[in-house]
Amino acid sequence: MNTHQTNFVRTSMLEQSTPPVLEKGYIAWIRKNLVATPLDAVLTIIAILALAWVLPPAIKWLFIDASWTGGGRGVCATAAQGGSQPEGWSGACWAFVGAKFDVFMFGRYPIDERWRPMLVGALFIALLVPILIPRIPYKGLNAILLFGVLPILSFFILIGGVLGLPYVETPLWGGLMVTLILSFVGIAVSLPLGIVLALGRRSTMPVIRLLCTTFIEIVRGIPLITVLFMASVMLPLFLPQGMTVDKFLRAVIGVSLFASAYMAEVVRGGLQAIPKGQAEGADSLGLSYWQKMRLIILPQALKLVIPGIVNTFIGLFKDTSLVSIIGMFDLLGIVRQNFSDANWASPVTPLSGLVFAGFVFWLFCFGMSRYSGFMERKLDKGHKR
Amino acid sequence: MTIDATIPPGKDKPAGSILNDPKVRGIIYQAVTLLLLIAFVYWVAMNTSENLKRANIASGYGFLKGRAGFDVGQSLIAYSSDSTYGRALVVGFFNTILVAVAGIITATIIGFLVGIGRLSKNWLIAKLSMVYVEIFRNIPPLLVIFFWYSGVLAVLPQPKESLALPLDMYINNRGLAFPRPVFDSGSQFILLAFVIAVIGSILFTRYANKKQMETGERLPVLWTVLGLLIGLPLLTYFVTGMPISFDVPVAGKFNLTGGSVVGPEFLSLFLALSFYTASFIAEIVRSGIRGVSHGQSEAAHALGIRPGLTTRLVVVPQAMRIIIPPLTSQYLNLTKNSSLAIAIGYSDLVSTGGTILNQTGQAIEIVSIWIVVYLTLSLSTSAIMNWFNAKMALVER
Repeated sequence: MNTHQTNFVRTSMLEQSTPPVLEKGYIAWIRKNLVATPLDAVLTIIAILALAWVLPPAIKWLFIDASWTGGGRGVCATAAQGGSQPEGWSGACWAFVGAKFDVFMFGRYPIDERWRPMLVGALFIALLVPILIPRIPYKGLNAILLFGVLPILSFFILIGGVLGLPYVETPLWGGLMVTLILSFVGIAVSLPLGIVLALGRRSTMPVIRLLCTTFIEIVRGIPLITVLFMASVMLPLFLPQGMTVDKFLRAVIGVSLFASAYMAEVVRGGLQAIPKGQAEGADSLGLSYWQKMRLIILPQALKLVIPGIVNTFIGLFKDTSLVSIIGMFDLLGIVRQNFSDANWASPVTPLSGLVFAGFVFWLFCFGMSRYSGFMERKLDKGHKR
Repeated sequence: MTIDATIPPGKDKPAGSILNDPKVRGIIYQAVTLLLLIAFVYWVAMNTSENLKRANIASGYGFLKGRAGFDVGQSLIAYSSDSTYGRALVVGFFNTILVAVAGIITATIIGFLVGIGRLSKNWLIAKLSMVYVEIFRNIPPLLVIFFWYSGVLAVLPQPKESLALPLDMYINNRGLAFPRPVFDSGSQFILLAFVIAVIGSILFTRYANKKQMETGERLPVLWTVLGLLIGLPLLTYFVTGMPISFDVPVAGKFNLTGGSVVGPEFLSLFLALSFYTASFIAEIVRSGIRGVSHGQSEAAHALGIRPGLTTRLVVVPQAMRIIIPPLTSQYLNLTKNSSLAIAIGYSDLVSTGGTILNQTGQAIEIVSIWIVVYLTLSLSTSAIMNWFNAKMALVER
């Protein structure tokens, strides 16, 4: 009767079956990410069509049809325009950018003296890199060297007139060098000034508060170009006869004051986010106002608003391009000035130059925003729950 | 403070120098600041008046009545080179408003589309939106203006070889020509119909809200309002015998005739400001929508509300509350950035002011006009947006 063995025990494993083909690999990825719903499918098709419409001509213009080498406008103009390219040709004129590269970097700075801005650039990088890497110690000393010693040293190296260096007046400065100097000085001035203004706006003394608030609101309410006009047209009026301020310095003053008002609002946001107990705790320890701010409040507040501060820096960097309107030759200004160079003028020169300048600006701004994201994640750890 | 309790009776003040009293110190600090400021202002004022006297410039706003003597490229009000300086500034002001309003509308539309696109589950759309934002956010607006002005619009063909666009529009290196509506008699009824439609929409929305509060029944507000706003004027248009016609630009042998033309200056400024500001608005919209906690939409789903309604009734109203304050400052930024017009010669307030400044040397007066106008614009925009913000916040309960 016991012949029926109903229990069953598997002795060997089943062959592993492959997952359904629609749930695996790139097909599943496409199904999930590109055609999940009918609307998604339509959007994907539109996007692909748009890309197919824009990308190939752009790549063709930028790389394939571009003229990379050459000594004059001939390589960037069609036969009808007096050049060597076939009729109907259009492509980037990188030969123009290549020939003018030094000018775009240094402006009309004398060729024999260009080692000076290069030296300053090397010093700047040598001091900047260690301050950006969190693991490297001596941040305080590094900051003093970068924001205190370097600007003074660079000023004398660049302008010369001492130690046998020939004098190079500021109207000869130009190109990326001017953009970087303007934004560096702007950053170095606007952060401390912005902190002072923000503290002033939150001060208990009505006169100080009113002054700071008025300054911040007026500057934030008007465009930078009017501030630059003020600096370039009205500053000479305000000073006694015979006392002149260098045009370069006027732009630096205008840009720095403008940025510090924005910085003040960013810092104020951070100050407001610090609970009152922190200030009261500092008071109860008997710290003075400046001790309290320096040791307790500002370190916490500034850490909170690092993204905002970097955004202001990025804005400042982009805003330096406006000085070309008041007749200075920063990167954008010098690129535009060279459009009218008879040796290179052609229909594609402006676009090529602008694409180059745009790429340089983009590189710096994108780098800054990426670094700010990195710092944010690094400093944020203490706040995570 | 309980310090008073420790003071022995009969003594008004705690022992110690009066200089240690924070109140006294505060007054001294402020008095010193004020004195320094007054001295500085006095010094500047003295220098200025002396400099002006030497340069033979009469201060005051009398120069505004003088003949301008320069032409502007584009004007919304009647203007010729015989008009006064004051009128030139008014022309500039209207041009600033025009490009700012047009830019704000376009930037908002692009910005919202791109911002929502970045949150899309569609990988391609999300990446494309991200690339857009990362490119335009990191390039100076002035460069974008030049990109359109000298890179794109300047190399377009001559007027006689204009490129035809849809809707009877043409584009060439002199600008964009588009059909100009011509209003015949009877077109005022269409405007009237539109006004009636607006009033009707407001009344219907109120009624629908009240009904929903009382009975919970939802009326089709959106469709009714759209139908009113579009249908009623359209109906009037046909009833009154189609009084609006279009003056269409026609490509002639050498030039375009008819239609309206906007110059390349306006176009490049408008396009650049829209594209640049849109990248910031996109980021604001994205962070606003992500700022609404996930629990909100989960709760709505748990209540059985459909996904579309969840977005419209639960997520968007809460996201708007996060979005509006930074959006306001972007609108203000766009308005202020419109002053970059001076770089390409679009006659806005700063550009005309700059020309007048060069002609008359009245630096202080011109700069003061700029400051007053821009401050007024800034303050009134933020007032309107604050009002809107308060209204949105009230929806909470």
